Amino acid sequence: MIPATHLIEATYIIAVILFILSLKWLSSPASARRGVWAGEAGMLLAIIGTLLYRGIVDYKWIAISLVLGAIIGVPLGNVQMTAVPQRTALSHAFGALCVTLVGTAEFYLRTPNVPAFVMSVLSLEVILGGLTFTGSLMAAGKLQEWLPQRPITYKGQNFVNLGVLAIAIAIAVMLVRDPSQTQLYPFMVGIALVFGVMLIIPIGGADMPTVISLLNSYAGLSAAAMGFVLNSKLLIVAGSLDGASGFILSVNMSKAMNRSFTNVLFGAFGQVQPAAQGAVEQRSVRSATPEEAAAILSAANKVAIVPGYGMAVAQAQHKVRELYDALTKRGVDVKFGIHPVAGRMPGHMNVLLAEADIPYDKLLDMDDMNGDLPQTDVALVIGANDVTNPAARTDASSPIYGMPILDVDKARTVMVIKRSMSPGFAGIDNPLYYLDNTLMLFGDAKQFVNSIVRELTGAGAAHG
Amino acid sequence: MVTADLINSLYVFILAAFIGFEVIRRVSPLLHTPLMSLTNALDAIAVVGAIILAGERKSELAAILGAIAIVAATSNIVGGFIITDRMLKMFKSSRAPKS
Repeated sequence: MIPATHLIEATYIIAVILFILSLKWLSSPASARRGVWAGEAGMLLAIIGTLLYRGIVDYKWIAISLVLGAIIGVPLGNVQMTAVPQRTALSHAFGALCVTLVGTAEFYLRTPNVPAFVMSVLSLEVILGGLTFTGSLMAAGKLQEWLPQRPITYKGQNFVNLGVLAIAIAIAVMLVRDPSQTQLYPFMVGIALVFGVMLIIPIGGADMPTVISLLNSYAGLSAAAMGFVLNSKLLIVAGSLDGASGFILSVNMSKAMNRSFTNVLFGAFGQVQPAAQGAVEQRSVRSATPEEAAAILSAANKVAIVPGYGMAVAQAQHKVRELYDALTKRGVDVKFGIHPVAGRMPGHMNVLLAEADIPYDKLLDMDDMNGDLPQTDVALVIGANDVTNPAARTDASSPIYGMPILDVDKARTVMVIKRSMSPGFAGIDNPLYYLDNTLMLFGDAKQFVNSIVRELTGAGAAHG
Repeated sequence: MVTADLINSLYVFILAAFIGFEVIRRVSPLLHTPLMSLTNALDAIAVVGAIILAGERKSELAAILGAIAIVAATSNIVGGFIITDRMLKMFKSSRAPKS
């Protein structure tokens, strides 16, 4: 007979292997779904293994909680694809909540006999968990537009925020030195919760991809810290995989915005605009009708479509797919250029376009697209703004100077679908709109694309 | 004993972080949204700690916090795997025949 403890450890080891394979298989779309199955199998094994643990005296509440969690999880897994960013933020909040609650229970069970090291990681666990919980709830609220998306800033904000965090850390140090001071513990968690809210208040919508990635990383690290507290290797591995993933994504996002981590967190975009806007002068733009746009598109050999958050807001991805079909049918080579920070989370645009049934080999990342753009006849920008702004390359006084962009201005003709000439989310003027080879297509993204599609398909029928 | 465990855990953490970096670096930007939802589901393995807290019933508080933690983590597991699979199902190549 194998002792139960060995059996449990065996399930955990297999789970660790399956988790790593799961992420490995995610590297390409062809094997990615196998990755999900591996993850599911590993999770199931680990949970079954845990249920075998001898110390468990009562299964009733475990069963009820598991069922309740599953009931909440099913609708969260079936949200619309446009709601994926807020769902992701919400799941970071739930993960962090779990970790914070477990850490809290462990503290009250073990006090006053908590070794200094355990108390340090436990503090790290609940501070990170607490700030990730409220921070992610705030992010989800902003993404769902229950909270204002505009960054809210005030003088001395960074100073106040850092001060609050310093108090939480100071309390943690006091607890490490004397873990019997249980009256301090609620303050430590409470301040971490407040800090999470304060951290997200100055964050605007355009910074969300970075912030979601960062919160993802924190959620992973807090789970890894929990692994140290419980001495669970399984948790340490899963937590560090999640932490590493969030970290890599945060670095990618920061690079794609040419900003440092600290700059995203401590320098809200809204502050830089007044200086930038003074320079705006009256310049002429050329605009075009759907008929003219359709004529130009159908005469092209290569078309690059650059989508942004505006496409998601207008729910235009299915119309864009019709445009893709109509042009492809006419023999036009259509590719999509996806900027890393287009949308509200990493990979957001890819998911929306895949949902609209656009083949993923037509979705190019920034570097590949920029290699193609000089040989492209028409670049069609739909709901993207700052990620196409040539000022990032040329104007050292621009707040986005140095940010890598999609060089749509290098295409022979640029067409920009836009509601009006008002500046984009970050409030920065875009010189692209005044170029000689740029045509502005004023209107709602969905309706305008629809008019072009009707022109393309209708005209084909009339002449044929 | 505590220090031996600690050192072991540190080794595990460092090695896992390196594996994480190497494996995740290779994930195409195309799949960064599913990557985030999948790692989120995997991260909810914290449920094992919550199950033990709720099951051991060492104190009333620990059992209650453990039970709430199970609910939070399980909703991430179930929701995370469902949405990741839904997203991945949508990614189709123009070269491969559609299934």
